[in-house]
Amino acid sequence: MAFIWRKLLQLVIVLLCVTFFSFFMLTLLPGNLADTLCGIGCTQEQRDQKVEELRLNDPVYIRYADWLGNVARGDFGRSGRTQQDISEALTERIPVTAELVIYSQLLALGIAIPIAVVAARRAGGVFDRVSTTTAFGFLAAPPFVVAPVLVLIFAVNLKWFPATGYTPFLENPLDNLRTFFLPALTLALAEMAVYMRLLRTDLISTLQEDYITMAKAKGIPPKRILWKHAFRPSTFSLVTVAGLNMGRLIGGAFVVEVIFSLNGLGKYIVDGILGRDYLAVQAGVVVVAFAYVLINFGVDLLYAVLDPRIRHARALA
Amino acid sequence: MSRKDLTGSAAGRDPNAPLLDVRDIKTHFRTERGTVRAVDGVSFTLQRGRTLGVVGESGSGKSVLSKSIMGLLPRRNVLREGQVLYEGLDVSVLDENQMRNIWGAEMSMVFQDPMTSLNPVMKIGKQIKESLYLHLNMSKDDAHDTAVALLSSVNIPEPEQRLEEYPHQLSGGMRQRVVIAIALACGPKLLFADEPTTALDVTVQAQILNLLQQQQHERHMAMILVTHDLGVVAGRTDDIAVMYAGRVVETAPTATLFTAMRHPYTEALMASIPKLTDPSHTRLEAIGGRPPDLINPPAGCKFAPRCKYAQDRCLQEDPPLMDAGEPGHSFRCFYPVGTDAGAQALANNAAAGRSASGVPVTLAASGSH
Repeated sequence: MAFIWRKLLQLVIVLLCVTFFSFFMLTLLPGNLADTLCGIGCTQEQRDQKVEELRLNDPVYIRYADWLGNVARGDFGRSGRTQQDISEALTERIPVTAELVIYSQLLALGIAIPIAVVAARRAGGVFDRVSTTTAFGFLAAPPFVVAPVLVLIFAVNLKWFPATGYTPFLENPLDNLRTFFLPALTLALAEMAVYMRLLRTDLISTLQEDYITMAKAKGIPPKRILWKHAFRPSTFSLVTVAGLNMGRLIGGAFVVEVIFSLNGLGKYIVDGILGRDYLAVQAGVVVVAFAYVLINFGVDLLYAVLDPRIRHARALA
Repeated sequence: MSRKDLTGSAAGRDPNAPLLDVRDIKTHFRTERGTVRAVDGVSFTLQRGRTLGVVGESGSGKSVLSKSIMGLLPRRNVLREGQVLYEGLDVSVLDENQMRNIWGAEMSMVFQDPMTSLNPVMKIGKQIKESLYLHLNMSKDDAHDTAVALLSSVNIPEPEQRLEEYPHQLSGGMRQRVVIAIALACGPKLLFADEPTTALDVTVQAQILNLLQQQQHERHMAMILVTHDLGVVAGRTDDIAVMYAGRVVETAPTATLFTAMRHPYTEALMASIPKLTDPSHTRLEAIGGRPPDLINPPAGCKFAPRCKYAQDRCLQEDPPLMDAGEPGHSFRCFYPVGTDAGAQALANNAAAGRSASGVPVTLAASGSH
């Protein structure tokens, strides 16, 4: 229980810090929402009126406190640019981003884990070297290069997957997975190399452990030793990094969202920043920070599942 | 033909052969610095139900020897020569697939450090039952009952509960008992105990050794007890092989070795055991110098550089294994302890103040034995 309270407190602190700083930094940018709304050919008077209306001349901390009060009441406000209710916009975009992130991570892990296990079994062998090199190639290629190439191959030439479009999962799961495949793969290819290397390295060092020799001396077949004895104790770095990645991608899959015209959270935040739409940005930042803390909480729980020593240490605390 | 037919049945086995017959086994590791001759021509035989103590200091190749006999060393960069006849069947030529029917089922090993030899994320019960399912095709219930029986046979209290616990919940001594239970699970005929008490508190060392001995008698199992401590093997083994630089330098029935040792290294090991009869604060005798580099071992006798008996001949000629006259007793030395040649060599060195290899020898030192 104490563990959960600690995590909740941590969540509140993280949210306060992150939202304050993003609020503050937006005010440091040249230009403001009034400029965006007035557009070109707007008189100084009209502009001043807008500034007054939006209370942009109030000190930052007062505006932050106002915003905080509204959020505490569950009101994210309306977007200054589009007048759309921000909560509504978020409920539209969160599922898109969440699915993109989860899908890409599942793909990345699904590809990386078997390769890493096979590579670790014969470390330094041909398969190990080829897979490592290939993976690093993908890691080095930025998503704005990989995405068009994937589109060219799989959407234009082979016509296996659509290049754009979005079908909600509940409407047609199969279509949904198909439309999401290319964006998810673009993200996955970059993460895959990291996951593979992490797991491979940890597996290799686990395979040097005495308890692996002992399992061998018991006559356990190599496949079983790898999966049942060595795999679980080797996944800690993998789980940690995968968790951090998911947090990062929630707000950071912007490039992929733009290329595949997915209306996700990353695009929402970047559009907000460009338009100095501080309420929209703030809302996006809250979601990202919240997801980060939540995911890392999940990672912490996963540690306990993976390692009984952590489970017991926590039970005693 | 399945693997079981190849190795599991009586095929290729000779019931009259000794349980284990090791013939001139060599294990060399290829490293960047050169070839490490960790085991360099070791031979011995072990009959059913008997115990062999393998004694030597760190780096003498004793731990590699047991892993090498069992075939547990990685194949890459390891050169293995010689024959290992297990019930007359040469297991040194079998691959890992074939060995797997023997590992755990007929030969098993108790490792040195119980803190690292149990899987930290697996329940103890699972680690024991695994081999029972694998080798004995037991049902769930049978495996459970057997695991409980095994744990109580190694004197673990409340065995039923222990099955559901993880290694970190047990003390070092208890963990080593679990390791022993796992090693005994399928009723092996041969048990390797690789420094089974080195990592444990002194207070539990004797308990673990007694447990091993008791289990060995009950199961009529042969055991190879590897240790750096002659005190550990005294009274617990039938025979002792003293290893130095990857070779057996003296082997004898235990009682003979303690009373009529021939090799100066054995003598030096004996002198380094603290004795209860010594007055307190008696300085223990240490063996000067360090074990030889196994990549470039010295020419001649490998122990000569640290030996106070060493003569010029020892530096040039490698002594072969010589028969001591009593059954089962042999050694590698030109100037053996307790013979006229040895006494003469020591007297010469004492007169010169040093051995041929430069080890200082005083009259007091030569007279202490």
